[in-house]
Amino acid sequence: MIFYPLLSAVGQSLYSAESRLDENGFVVDREVFVGLENYAEIFVGAQSERFYNALANTTFFTVVSVALETVIGVAFALMMNRAFRGRAFLRAAVLVPWAIPTAVSGLLWRWMFQADGIVNALSGSQVLWTAEGMAAQAAVIIAEVWKTSPFIGLLVLAGLQIIPEEVYEAAKLDGASAWKQFWAITLPLVKPALMVAVLFRLLDALRMFDLPFVLVGPRKESVETLSILAWDSANQLQYGAASAFSIVLLLYVSVIVYMFVRLLGADIFQSDATRPQSSRRRRAVSPAPRPAAHHQEETR
Amino acid sequence: MRQRRPNRFATLSALAIGVLTMTACGGPSDSTAASAPEELSGRGPITYVSSPDSSGAAQETIEAWNAAHPEEPVEWIELPLDADQQRQQMIQNAQIESDAYTVLNLDVVWTSEFAANRWVEPLPVEELPLDGMIDATVEAATYADQQFAVPYYTDGALLYGRSDLLEAAGVQMPTTWEAMEQACAAVLELPEAEGMSCYAGQFDKNEGLTVNFSEAAASAGGALYDADGQPSVDTPETLDALNFLVDGFESGMIPQEAVTFQEEQGRQAFQDGDLVFLRNWPYIYNPLSAQDGSSQVAGKFTVAPIPGQDGPGVSTLGGRNLAISSSAENKATALDFITFFVSQEQERARLELSSRAPVYSALFEDQEIVSALPYLPTLLQSVESAQPRPKAVQYGAATAAIQDAVYAAITGKQTPEESLAGLQIQLEELAN
Amino acid sequence: MSTVTQEVPAPPGRAPQISKAPHVRAGRRAQPARTLHGAAGVAAVVLIGVYCLAPFYWMLVSSLRRSGDIFDTTLLPSVFSVESYVKVFSGSSDFAHALVNSLIVAATTTALALVFAIFAAYAISRLNFRFKNVILAVIIATSMFPGISVVVPLLRLFSDIGWINTYQAMIVPSLSFAIPLAVYILTTFMKQLPFDLEEAAMMDGATKWQAFRKILLPLAAPGIFTTAILTFIQSWNEFIIALSMVNDPAVQTATVAISKFTGASEFQAPYGEQMAAGVIVTIPLVIMILIFQRRIVEGLTSGATK
Repeated sequence: MIFYPLLSAVGQSLYSAESRLDENGFVVDREVFVGLENYAEIFVGAQSERFYNALANTTFFTVVSVALETVIGVAFALMMNRAFRGRAFLRAAVLVPWAIPTAVSGLLWRWMFQADGIVNALSGSQVLWTAEGMAAQAAVIIAEVWKTSPFIGLLVLAGLQIIPEEVYEAAKLDGASAWKQFWAITLPLVKPALMVAVLFRLLDALRMFDLPFVLVGPRKESVETLSILAWDSANQLQYGAASAFSIVLLLYVSVIVYMFVRLLGADIFQSDATRPQSSRRRRAVSPAPRPAAHHQEETR
Repeated sequence: MRQRRPNRFATLSALAIGVLTMTACGGPSDSTAASAPEELSGRGPITYVSSPDSSGAAQETIEAWNAAHPEEPVEWIELPLDADQQRQQMIQNAQIESDAYTVLNLDVVWTSEFAANRWVEPLPVEELPLDGMIDATVEAATYADQQFAVPYYTDGALLYGRSDLLEAAGVQMPTTWEAMEQACAAVLELPEAEGMSCYAGQFDKNEGLTVNFSEAAASAGGALYDADGQPSVDTPETLDALNFLVDGFESGMIPQEAVTFQEEQGRQAFQDGDLVFLRNWPYIYNPLSAQDGSSQVAGKFTVAPIPGQDGPGVSTLGGRNLAISSSAENKATALDFITFFVSQEQERARLELSSRAPVYSALFEDQEIVSALPYLPTLLQSVESAQPRPKAVQYGAATAAIQDAVYAAITGKQTPEESLAGLQIQLEELAN
Repeated sequence: MSTVTQEVPAPPGRAPQISKAPHVRAGRRAQPARTLHGAAGVAAVVLIGVYCLAPFYWMLVSSLRRSGDIFDTTLLPSVFSVESYVKVFSGSSDFAHALVNSLIVAATTTALALVFAIFAAYAISRLNFRFKNVILAVIIATSMFPGISVVVPLLRLFSDIGWINTYQAMIVPSLSFAIPLAVYILTTFMKQLPFDLEEAAMMDGATKWQAFRKILLPLAAPGIFTTAILTFIQSWNEFIIALSMVNDPAVQTATVAISKFTGASEFQAPYGEQMAAGVIVTIPLVIMILIFQRRIVEGLTSGATK
């Protein structure tokens, strides 16, 4: 189920799908073995300009939208984790963007960003969001961040809910400010949940397809992503090239994920069976003053 | 995921990609080219695979068939509204050689691709009700001198104009681009036309852009592909055509936001009274005439053939064809069903519910039908003079290249000369 | 769960000794003491509410317009109309039935993914065995491949084994996307939970299974629940596989049914119906999640204190 599609894509990527026609106009030799030619096309050949542009767009969208989602998602989670009137409403409200089917929300945003749509009507501007350029990129990022911040928010909220109250009480006794509490206690303790959330958002964002496709359209230079490129090749029956794009995308995603795990020390590939039980016990007994340090020690 | 852009449709812009075309294979020396199709055999249940039809007209035809042929029932497999997704599903079915799909409802521009890949069967011409069908539509269903499909419905361009304002300004519906510009100048002087723009078509990077550009090229006396099927976009005529669009955007004759217009955005702008003229398909006639207050132009507009450089312009041909999947079973039943489905009797019956244009010219002149669909005589003019169809095996790649080039020009990224020169090279690569 | 303010020594387990253990307080939840007051709180709620709901409001308003003035930009429909809702349910694709199918597919996927992921996450976070990292790497790799490239091979496979037009043809591929997410989230959560409680319980004679069920599971409830929401919505939204593997309207899911909505012509997108369907799909989903959230979490927590 997992490797079969992968292997078939690798195999496919070594074939060209030129529609060679016989003298009567019918397709012959649909599949010709071309080795790595499809990859050469991508990196240095005729496709390279489009490819590097799509790579840059994909990276730009991923970095900007995941960064914004993280900030907004964490803010959501902190709010939802507090007791106040209207919390139930807030939790429901936050779920809404994530719960709307992707196909419908893409259309919704396209429509709102139309030349005579509500966004322009409310802001009194005449921005052509669905054409090309910065406005189109901004539209994609706005819609993407709106849709997926709840994903991070929900995961971080779940992470917050398992933080023991004592660590805060101790910090309060120490007179730590709310800001300091957040940086020194909350963030380190919620980091594993946050890292998983960001990791999966990275995986998704790097494969971003629907939103730019529906909102702005295919083959628009300023919003073309690697997935759209792969789709476009497949749509023109260039299955070899499409598979090669998919494989390159897969490798790129792997590299990013690997770097993310290495650089940020996300607690993901970490085996923790050997972690020192004693330190955990110490923390439980004397929770404060620096649980952050403990936590890092454990996860390192 | 993707479900947008309900508007991928036919373009018939003399696109002939690849070696193909009639000239390549029509010679008598070609022994295998026009060989008679093998007999289609097998009887029993079949499926009809198509985009949805909200009018219910096609459903009635199928029910009529099923009532008469209980042993050979037809089941409708409905595909998504989005044409890309329809094509994708049909190609997937062909690739795994499944017998799930029998009769395919193909966009006219897919027909060559499906035929060249032998995903659909050649059909016996003598058994098809082709007599009385508009020539251009029948021609659009052939490939390599063989009939691979049968026309189901057709479509062509119309110029919509604000009759009330034209009358107030004392001008006629234009037949040339220049006359359209002059008519606009006169209309826009009127106080009631304040804030309006002159003209729009479909200029978003989409199939609609290919349609609009190839219409402009043909209307300027050029063609995107010459009679031998070779790309011919780097010519004075196509440059005139592209300049008509580029200058239109520059001078403000075409409003800036039209660069985001597909069919519906243009319809909306016209319906809201923002445009004097609009190039669009016949489908907007009914919504524009709506009396429920949604249209501000009900009773205030008229239709004409699209204008050209020196006289009436040339439309592209849209519409759909029916074909039989090569990997299907019960092909004899399928052939009978198609023959029944596109018969003049059934085409006429469907007009009761649906406003999709029939493929028999007689129906365009039937008084009873015309009184319900008053644009039909104008549409017949448009469709009959439409360009010969494309035989585009790599249609997707060609239309993409055309859209890229034209979009770059109308958004000012490239000069018209640059973009046409680049397009010529790209299309030549695709053709060879 | 939000009201566990008292000094209840949270999940004490069976053995009385456990509740005396000093570290048991670590299990208590954090939220209640940290409340939000005054204007700042109200402002924050309003801000978040508007941010999340404004586009949804537009969807709702648009779904209540007539098809003729669907493009209006007034904040309320000029004429209220339920035309779009009527069309959604009277269309040729049976939308109510499609909703049930979506529910079957998404619920089954979620349940299977959760069961698998809970045990996998338990094994990864609590047990020591070789190749753990390899397994984790493989699991995540499966969720990296662009979905669109797997359709044709899968279609061929399912045609061969006669799975076309079956629920499993949608559930099995969905699982391969849902399981990695579920395993990762749950592993993270279980790793964070103190091992001590289970250890203590086991020292008191509880089996590993009991420690797992009575101690770990209730503590991991927020994580499990979040995972359930996320995987449910993910498979609820799946489109391309559901479209390709099913051509029988009796088995098609809601997203596929939405794609078959149609306007008066092929150029007219049925915006009104699409927006109405969006509303119809979203509101029950949110309500259901909120109810389940309360029920499940309460149930698990109270089960633990019995």
